[in-house]
Amino acid sequence: MIVVNIAGLGLILLIVWWFWLYKAKEVELVDGAINVVVENGTYQPSRIKLAAGESATLQFLRKDSNPCAGTVLFPDLEISEELPIDTVKTITLPTLTEGEYEFNCQMKMYRGTLLVE
Amino acid sequence: MSQSNHEMQSDHHDHGDHHNDSLKLHHELAIEGVSCASCVTKIEKALRAVPGVEHAEMNFAQRTAMVMGKVTDDALVTAVKAAGYGANPINATSEDDALDAKEEADRAYYKKLMRKTWIALALGGPLMLYALVTGEVNVNTNEERIAWLVVGILTGGVLYVSGRHFFVGAWKSFVNHSANMDTLIALGTGTAWLYSMVVVFFPEAVPAQARHVYFEATAIIIGLIDLGLALEVRARGKTSEAIKRLIGLQAKTARVVRDDAEVDIPIKDVLLGDVVRVRPGEKIPVDGDVLEGHTAIDESMLTGEPMPVEKGVGDEVVTGTLNKTGSFLFQATRVGKDTALAQIINMVKRAQNSKPPIGRLADIISAYFVPVVMIIAVFSALAWLNFGPAPAIALAIVSATTVLIIACPCALGLATPMSVMVGVGKAAEAGVLIRNGEALQTASKITAMILDKTGTITLGSPKVTDIVVASDESEEKVLQLAASLESGSEHPLALAIVESAKERGLTPGKVTNFNAIAGHGVEADIENQHVLFGNEKLMKERDINIADYVEQAQALASEAKTPMYFAIGQQLAAIIAVADPIKEDSIEAIKRLQHNGIRVVMLTGDNRDTAKAVAEKANITEFFAEVLPDQKADKVAELQMQNEIVGMTGDGINDAPALALANVGFAIGTGTDVAIESADITLMRGSLHGLADAIAVSKATLRNIKQNLFGAFIYNVAGVPVAAGVLYPVIGVLMNPVIAGAAMAFSSLTVVSNANRLRLFKAQEH
Repeated sequence: MIVVNIAGLGLILLIVWWFWLYKAKEVELVDGAINVVVENGTYQPSRIKLAAGESATLQFLRKDSNPCAGTVLFPDLEISEELPIDTVKTITLPTLTEGEYEFNCQMKMYRGTLLVE
Repeated sequence: MSQSNHEMQSDHHDHGDHHNDSLKLHHELAIEGVSCASCVTKIEKALRAVPGVEHAEMNFAQRTAMVMGKVTDDALVTAVKAAGYGANPINATSEDDALDAKEEADRAYYKKLMRKTWIALALGGPLMLYALVTGEVNVNTNEERIAWLVVGILTGGVLYVSGRHFFVGAWKSFVNHSANMDTLIALGTGTAWLYSMVVVFFPEAVPAQARHVYFEATAIIIGLIDLGLALEVRARGKTSEAIKRLIGLQAKTARVVRDDAEVDIPIKDVLLGDVVRVRPGEKIPVDGDVLEGHTAIDESMLTGEPMPVEKGVGDEVVTGTLNKTGSFLFQATRVGKDTALAQIINMVKRAQNSKPPIGRLADIISAYFVPVVMIIAVFSALAWLNFGPAPAIALAIVSATTVLIIACPCALGLATPMSVMVGVGKAAEAGVLIRNGEALQTASKITAMILDKTGTITLGSPKVTDIVVASDESEEKVLQLAASLESGSEHPLALAIVESAKERGLTPGKVTNFNAIAGHGVEADIENQHVLFGNEKLMKERDINIADYVEQAQALASEAKTPMYFAIGQQLAAIIAVADPIKEDSIEAIKRLQHNGIRVVMLTGDNRDTAKAVAEKANITEFFAEVLPDQKADKVAELQMQNEIVGMTGDGINDAPALALANVGFAIGTGTDVAIESADITLMRGSLHGLADAIAVSKATLRNIKQNLFGAFIYNVAGVPVAAGVLYPVIGVLMNPVIAGAAMAFSSLTVVSNANRLRLFKAQEH
């Protein structure tokens, strides 16, 4: 029983670490643009590194039929765009100051971060 | 200017030619997997090799390719794929097409989900019936093992066919260190199925009483969740009806005059400066100014104003409105994304997706929700294993599965956006454009409303009603001098005087040394005389004797007219009174506001007596008169100091600082001024009923959001502990995972359906 309890508590720690403490690797833009695929409940890549003061273009390609995937919001930037399925949607971001900016679906189940440095 | 016009014209002809021969089609592709510049040549070559392609060019920086030629997107995508890269067509279609595509995609998704539902329920239903009737879902004998093994494999098949998307989604988000609905469903059903398979394969590994299988629960849960999702997709479609209606207002073609002939072309090809013909019964295809002809136009679809508006040469016509009577020509002044309708659609869409502050807590919770539920599931399993009765392991599995299945972050996440979507859309239908979720929420709490008098309560187009001559000058002379003085001003009162002089055929004289004294009046030199035109304060400041005429001025003011003193040199020459009639429905609209418990305050630069007379007519007891333009914001602040949530209504141009300072700034538009930046809410029709409508819609939406949030919170807060088994020690009840599946599947549907109730809301009744 002790082993089971320790395993259970270990599992909890693992959940905390994996979902909250761990930060996914950032992906940088190439020539000011990056493709973001919306598929299977995720944005890939989900952490995108941008340079402060430079404009950037995100090209969203939605492959996910779930209606939640249909809208991407950048709450801090007041951007909300609809993503048609199997079609690329280009979103041009304004120049940003340093900081982290979230982007997500309406329900925040799909989540990503812009890391501006 | 003429240069650019010329260029525009020549571009216009090129464009027209392309269209006329209709050989060239434009394609844009997003290319994937391009890592180096040398790939560009390879891709361009592949594209050019496609039969029909006339031109292909790739932009390496943007990872896009532009192709001209009569080919299908598919052929181009295939060619790029054959060259070893990925390609997807970039959406360059109209709003209308995009909407059709979205509906088509939703319909296909709905069908797919329903198919998955039936497959899962076809197995789960009979299994559950068997379990209920016989109570035999245990694995004790070898025969039972074989039978359940077959069922287990079939259920595995159901998981694959009907539930694969949950598992793939769960895995992908797990790899990305995130967790969502799919994670919970996959973990819940996966655990139940795996445990059952362990029981089938290694019954000895679990105590005899715990040798239950949960195949029926697995299949039914998957089926119910698919069903819930399908119904949700369908209900969601309805939430965007308002935007669909707006997009539907757009005409598909325009009849443009090209080379002296009228040709029908798609609206996307209409260029700035094009001359467009509209016949009775047709929609206006783009924004423009009437060049020739006269007609009446129904603008109700945009402004909510039921009466058609008369239009003649020089008047503005707006996209999406309906030409009722005459055939006319107009010149396009705004096309494509710049038309008023396109801006309205854009603004409504943006507002529909923005969140009022009330939704923020739910946002924070849903960000942590799934991992927390997973932790609760582990805790509950451990609690059952440590303290539960026999068969502890089976009970632990049941409770963990039920916790995972019943928790529904979707209901929480959907609670706010669905209601905002319907509420903002509903407001737009009534001619009320709400900028964002915050404005929506604050509008529902307004306790005081400041109304600017001129142009808000009144028509804003004053007329000269009286000229009281106080010297030897004739009425004509006084009016001519006053008109000369005011001809440079854009103040509505000044316009009235200029207009009146024009009507009497008087020509304004030359003005020198013009000086506007803010909030008081104007002065200048005309024909070697110094003239002064303004209010009582100005006359007193300049020591002009008006004592004999004050009474007369007051009498005019008490009739809701605005008297202004006109002096030549140091001598009073006349009093000119101007009146601005109250809009027909202002009184009724103000009554509606007051009826809703809102303190209505009028604000005007006019003198006290005129202000009082207008206020009395409009049944307003509180007013600020003689307010200088820069003092309007101070009045807003004054009311805010009294702990009022202040709404400020103005025309959006002169009132910008006050509109910005107010808790909610309302701008009265004329149907086309949709992008009034300083306002939180724009009323597209001139009527003040828009205010009461906006507040009523906001209140109804906020109420709806609260119901949704309350439901979603209570559901999760009560559902998760019950699923974990807190009631077991008290009344010996442990929730069945199938019940949890049903509850979860229908919780989000309930939220969406409740939001859809808002569609039935009628603003005018409140």
